[in-house]
Amino acid sequence: MDARAASRPVDQNVRLEVQDLIARYVDAIDQDRLEEWPELFVEKCRYLITSAESDADGLPHGVIYADSRGMLRDRVSALREANIYEQQRYRHVVGPIRVEAESEMIVQARSHFLVVRTMHTGDATLFASGIYRDRIDVSCIPYRFIERIVVTDSHKFDTLLAIPL
Amino acid sequence: MQQPEQASHQASHQVSHQVSHQVSWPSSELTLVPFRLYTDAEQYALEQERIFKGPTWSYLCLAAEIPNRGDYLVSSVGETPVVVTRSASGELNAFVNRCAHRGSLLCLKRRGNGDGITCVYHGWSYDLAGNLTSVAFERGVKRQGGMPAEFKRSEHNLRKLRVAEFCGLIFGSFDQGVPDLETYLGAEIAARIRRVLKRPVKVLGRTTQVLPNNWKLYFENVKDSYHASILHLFFTTFEISRLSQQGGIIVDDGGGNHASYSIMDRSIGNAEYREQALRSAKDDYRLEDSSVVEGVDEFGDGVMMQILTVFPGFVLQQHLNSIAVRQLVPRGVERSELAWTILGFADDDAAMTERRLKQANLVGPAGYISMEDGAVGGFVQRAVRGLDADAGLLMMGGSDSRSQEFRATEASVRGFWKKYRALMGA
Repeated sequence: MDARAASRPVDQNVRLEVQDLIARYVDAIDQDRLEEWPELFVEKCRYLITSAESDADGLPHGVIYADSRGMLRDRVSALREANIYEQQRYRHVVGPIRVEAESEMIVQARSHFLVVRTMHTGDATLFASGIYRDRIDVSCIPYRFIERIVVTDSHKFDTLLAIPL
Repeated sequence: MQQPEQASHQASHQVSHQVSHQVSWPSSELTLVPFRLYTDAEQYALEQERIFKGPTWSYLCLAAEIPNRGDYLVSSVGETPVVVTRSASGELNAFVNRCAHRGSLLCLKRRGNGDGITCVYHGWSYDLAGNLTSVAFERGVKRQGGMPAEFKRSEHNLRKLRVAEFCGLIFGSFDQGVPDLETYLGAEIAARIRRVLKRPVKVLGRTTQVLPNNWKLYFENVKDSYHASILHLFFTTFEISRLSQQGGIIVDDGGGNHASYSIMDRSIGNAEYREQALRSAKDDYRLEDSSVVEGVDEFGDGVMMQILTVFPGFVLQQHLNSIAVRQLVPRGVERSELAWTILGFADDDAAMTERRLKQANLVGPAGYISMEDGAVGGFVQRAVRGLDADAGLLMMGGSDSRSQEFRATEASVRGFWKKYRALMGA
């Protein structure tokens, strides 16, 4: 957890809402309702996909990097209208979520994930594994991500990473 | 530059030259390329000897990645694992990452620092120049066993490569006869590297794209100026690179190295692209946050796209302000890896770093442009399986590989095959 996170207790209802936000995130991506994905973030947000190695080396580059909800919407419109890639789908499996309070308004969450990618040909692979490091705005319902850092265990990606992790 | 030992390894090259069964070409022309070149296992094995261990320079790493004495890094030349080091005296070295004793991998970490390397298997130790410095129990135990009197450590150093640095890029070669690096690059290509890498670089990130195709399909793709504005909507719609823009192709005399560049000019009309009804020229496609395609002219020459290759596997890329080097590594007949190092410069201010990080969304495995290049090689690879007699066509812009002041051409792809055939003796 980030140094900003205090060890104050987190209310059960807050935990349930965080869990719900993460469930909606996975559902939007895996069920191909990508248009809902940017709406789970606050307007001035930060989304970054990095690797454990880059993260440990303190390198700022992200395989995907966005610092606004607009940039996330652009990712979706590019996938729908602009980019060439073969039809594929993800299945996320997200483990138990650890939640700590940063302030009255913000909690930090950590969860571990696996993503299986299935191509339209039927070929399925374990595409990615890693950890989500989140900062979540809990000041109003629905909760939204202020920041979601996706740290993948491997720095290698097979062919391409089209759909966000 | 290091002068490695020549001796024993030359012989094995000679032998493999005699037993080759390589794919035959329909003619001496460069316009017909047999598809079997992408699927044939013997061809692939021969390429390892004649191209990657032949008279070529392979990119190893950045000088900035091993800045300190004692730094080492694991890279590769073709499929051969190689260690690059900066020794105690500050000089650069490279040698095969393989113990001279039983052939075990020496360096197991990707990067590190130390005053030498010891094999975990039997404890043989080497200095950072690759010289054997000690052998465990060389004199035996309790005056029994040990190495015979004729064993000389100096005859069992690691297999060393020639090493050269240009603009902070470190290259290595197995071949003693290869011209020096700057001659190999050619004056025009060297100038195009200098144009970008004038200042000390700073590594912003690393990522690797595993490509489901033969290495040559990627290297052809990156040299192919014809496809760029047709396949990549982001190049065309946001006018980063169009064939109608001012620009050109530079191909070195040998054919293997190239640079393609274009000058961004948003005043050029859309007519030619509209006539072709290209998917990639989508005038109504808009970004909500356009910072990803907004560059500044940092090199002062108006060139906002330059892609440069050095045979057999190096790429230097400038897309707007996104700078990266890419190392192409063959990993089998139908697989290769593209290792990306995303760069900025040491004197970049915070705004420039942020601009580079945002524009990096154009490249890499998830790049608005590069994800498509990751896919097309696989499309070809899957389609050419089992087609023994057929060949692909490279007639755009003529039949030679000369530099041209336009980019509706496949001259630099033909240049690749010119260099390839010369090295393969085909």
